[in-house]
Amino acid sequence: MMAQDRSKRNFLRFFSGKQFLIPLAALLALVIFNLIADPEFFRVTLGRNSAGDPVLAGNLISILDNGSELAILAIGMTLVTAASGGQDISAGAVIAICGSALLRVLCGSDLTSGQIQSPIIVAFLVCCLAGMLCGAFNGALVAFFRIQPMVATLILFTAGRSIAAWINNNELPMVADSTFASFGGYIKGVPMPTPFFIALICFAAVWALLRFTSLGLYVQSVGISEKTSRLNGLDPRIVKVGVFVIMGLCCAVAALIKVSRLKTINYSIIAKDIEMDAILAVALGGNPLSGGKFRMSSSILGAYVIQFLTTTLYKFDVQSDALSAYKAAAVIILVVLSSPVVREKLMKLLRSFSEPETAGKQV
Amino acid sequence: MFVCGESQDVPALIFRGNYMKENSILEMRGISRSFLSVKALQNVDFTLCRGEIMALMGENGAGKSTLIKILTGVYTKDSGEIYLKGHSGPVEISSPQQAQELGISTVYQEIPLCPNLSVAENIYAGRHKKRLISWRKLNEKAEKLLSSLGIPASPVQPLGSCSVAVQQMIAIARAVDMECSILVLDEPTSSLDEQETERLFELMRQLRSKGAGIIFVTHFLDQVYDICDRVTVLRDGRLTGVYNVSDISRVQLVAEMLGRELDDSPVAAEAEDKSVGEVLYHGRNIHSSENIAPFELTVRKGEISGFAGLLGSGRSECVRAVFGADKGTDGNVVMNGKTVSIRKPSDAIKNGIAYLSEDRKAEGIIGELSVRENIILALQVKKGFFRPFSKSEAEGFADEYIRAPGIKTASADTPVKELSGGNQQKVILARWLLTHPEYLILDEPTRGIDIGAKADIQRLVKKLADDGMSVTFISSELGEMLGICSRLFVMRDRKMVGQLSGRQLSEDNIMKTIAGGEHDGAGPQ
Repeated sequence: MMAQDRSKRNFLRFFSGKQFLIPLAALLALVIFNLIADPEFFRVTLGRNSAGDPVLAGNLISILDNGSELAILAIGMTLVTAASGGQDISAGAVIAICGSALLRVLCGSDLTSGQIQSPIIVAFLVCCLAGMLCGAFNGALVAFFRIQPMVATLILFTAGRSIAAWINNNELPMVADSTFASFGGYIKGVPMPTPFFIALICFAAVWALLRFTSLGLYVQSVGISEKTSRLNGLDPRIVKVGVFVIMGLCCAVAALIKVSRLKTINYSIIAKDIEMDAILAVALGGNPLSGGKFRMSSSILGAYVIQFLTTTLYKFDVQSDALSAYKAAAVIILVVLSSPVVREKLMKLLRSFSEPETAGKQV
Repeated sequence: MFVCGESQDVPALIFRGNYMKENSILEMRGISRSFLSVKALQNVDFTLCRGEIMALMGENGAGKSTLIKILTGVYTKDSGEIYLKGHSGPVEISSPQQAQELGISTVYQEIPLCPNLSVAENIYAGRHKKRLISWRKLNEKAEKLLSSLGIPASPVQPLGSCSVAVQQMIAIARAVDMECSILVLDEPTSSLDEQETERLFELMRQLRSKGAGIIFVTHFLDQVYDICDRVTVLRDGRLTGVYNVSDISRVQLVAEMLGRELDDSPVAAEAEDKSVGEVLYHGRNIHSSENIAPFELTVRKGEISGFAGLLGSGRSECVRAVFGADKGTDGNVVMNGKTVSIRKPSDAIKNGIAYLSEDRKAEGIIGELSVRENIILALQVKKGFFRPFSKSEAEGFADEYIRAPGIKTASADTPVKELSGGNQQKVILARWLLTHPEYLILDEPTRGIDIGAKADIQRLVKKLADDGMSVTFISSELGEMLGICSRLFVMRDRKMVGQLSGRQLSEDNIMKTIAGGEHDGAGPQ
C-alpha cells in the first residue's frame, strides 16, 4: 500500500517537476498528428545520393539532419539565457561572420576556382576564433557595461551580416572540395548525414562540460542571484563572458555545417532568423527565459521538436511565406500549455483525480 | 507668530494647553496600520508645528517609513485621523498626488527626478497646466528660486551634472516652490559628506524661518542635535515619546530607541578570560566606497566580537569592508602574521574569512537551487572550476551539514526557497562552515527567524569559538550581543568610536559610547 502511494506521488512529481515533459508532450502531439494524417511521414528508405552512395532518406532523417544547427545553437542559447537572464539575438549574424571567415581562409585569394588553399582544420579554427571573438564582444557588453543582452546583441544582429560581407569583399567564394562538402552532407559509406554526428559530438562535449566542470552550478548561481554569487567568491562578469564565448563557439560549428551545405555563402540569408528558433527551443524546453535554472537536454529536445514542426508543415505543402504564421500558431499553443499558470491548473486537475483514491485507501 | 520648539523661552508651553493646537500644522492621531498579521503601527500620535524641524527616529521595524508613507498617501491607514491646518475636519490622503495638493512634499533618499533634464525642467516638470511653455520665463523663475534659496546651480544645466547634495536641494526647491507647508525629508544625508550636509542644513534652517514644518528622518545622532527642535521616537510600531531636543540627553535618546533601561546590568561572565587568544586578523585603514570612516580592527583566535551601534551607523558596512563585499575595499591587513590583500570576496574566502550577509534573500540563498547546491557553493568555488565535486561527495557534504546544525528539509534536493527563514539561515551557515573558515562574520544571523533556530545558531556560534574559530557577530538586539560577544566595537555615525571588552561590557556603557557627545570616558575616542 505504501509503495503504491509512493509510486503515485512519484508519478505526480514527474509530471509537475520534470521540465522534460513539455517538449516530450509536444513531440508526442506532433507524432500522433502525423500518424493520423499520413503514416507515410515516418517511412525511412535506403536510397542513393547524388554521388551514388547508399544513404537513408525520409522525413525523420531530414529532421535529424536539418535540426542539427538549431540544436547546437540551443546549447549556447540555454547557457546565455540561464546566466544573463536575456537572449542572444545575434546568432544568425555571427554564423554569417564565422562562415565568411571560414571561406576567406579556405579560399585565400582565389575565390572562384573552388580549390581549397589551406587545410580545413586551420580554416575551422579561424572560424571558431571569429565566433568566440563575437561572443566575447557580446559578453563584455553584457557583463562589464551591464547592457541588456538583447540590446547588446542587437549591435551584431544589425552589423554582423555587413561585417561578414566585408570579410570577403562582398564576393561569394565557391568551394568544390568533396572533403569539405562532407561536413554538411555524407561521409562516404556512412548512411546518416554528417551534421547529425557533429551535433552528437557537441552534445557529448556539453555533457562533459557540465559533468566535469562546475559550469552548471556557476551559471545557475549567477543567473539566480548575482550578488550572492559574488559574495561566494564567483566573478559574475567572467561567468557571463564565458557563456557568450560558448555561444560564439556554437555559432562557429553551426556556420561550418551551413557553409558546407551551401558550398558558398549568402550573407543576407544564411541562418536567417535561426536565433528566434533557438530562443524558442529554450522556452519550449521549459527553461525560464528570465534566467536561473536550466536543463540542457530539455532545450535540445525542444530544438528537434521545432524542426519536427517545420518539416511537418513543409510536408503538408504549406507555402514557405505562410510557414511562419502556422509555426507561430503551433508555438502559441505549446507555450501557453507549458506556462506555469496552465501547468498548475492541470496539476490540480490531475491531483483531484488521484487524491480521492489514495485517501480512500488510507482509511 | 509663535514658533514652537525653536523658541527657548517657552518650551513648557509647548506640551500644554491650546498653544500647540494653534501652532500645529499637522496632527496625526491614533494611526494604526497592519500588514497581514504584522502590526506596523499601533495607535501612534504625531504632531508637527509651524516652523520647526522634527526628527523622526527609530530602529529597524519601528514604523518610521510606514508613518511617512501614510502621511504622503503611499499607504492607507487602518484607523486614526489626520488633521491639517486650514482644514476643519480630518483629511483623507489617498494618493501621493493628493498629498502634494494638500501641501505635503517628500524628498526621498533616492531622488526620483530626471538626471538628463535641466534643473529648471526638473523643478517645474509635471506642474504645468498650460500647453505652451515659455522656456525663458521658466528659466528666469527657476533662477530666482535657486538664488533665493542659495542653491549653487544654474537652471539650464542638466540635473545629472550636479552633486548629489545639490540634487537633494533641488528636490527640496521643487517642494518649496509648490508652496508646501510640510516637508518630509527621508534620510537625505546618508550619502552626503560633511560640507554638503551643512549646506543642506542651511537650506532647512531657511525654510524653517519661513514657517514650514520639516519632518527629518535620520539615523545620525549628531544631526538631530545640530538642527532639530524636537524628536519623535518610535519603537516596534508604537510611539515611545516626543521630546525637546534640548531636554533629552544623547544616552536617554539611545535608550529610548533601543528600549532599554539606563542602569548597570551585570558584566558578561568569563569575558576576560577569553580575549587571550593570539591575533588572527589585524587590519589598519580599512575602507570602502560605502562612506565609512577608515577603521582599525583586531580579531583574536577563539574570540567572539561584535559591532554595536544604531541602525545606519555603519556596522554592516564595516564587516563588509573586512570581507571585501563592497566596491573600493582596501586596507593594510595582516592575517596569521602575513600581509594579505583583500579587495573582493574571493580574496577574503581564500584567506579563510566567511561572511553571512544580513540580507538573506538577496545575498544569502540562491533560492531556486537545492539545499545541496547551496551548501557546496562556496567550497566549490574555492576548489575551482575544473574540479567539481562528484555527486557522492556533494551528497556526503550535504548529509553531514544538514544533520549537524539540524536543518529541517524534506530532502537535500528541495529548493532552498521552500525552507523556513531559520533553516535557510542554517543552510548558509553550513555553506560557510564547509569552507572551514578561520574567521566567521555573521551579520544579523538571527533576525527574523524563529526562536528555536535562533537558539540553535547562538549555541553553534559559541561552540565554534570554543573550538578556536574567530567570530564577529552582529545583532540589533543589545541583549543578544551581550550574551554572546566578549568584545564589542562601537559605531556612531559611520565611525568606529570605541571598543569595549571584559568588565566594560554593559548596556549602560554601550549606550553611552553609542551616544558619545557629553558623556566621555565610556570608550576611547
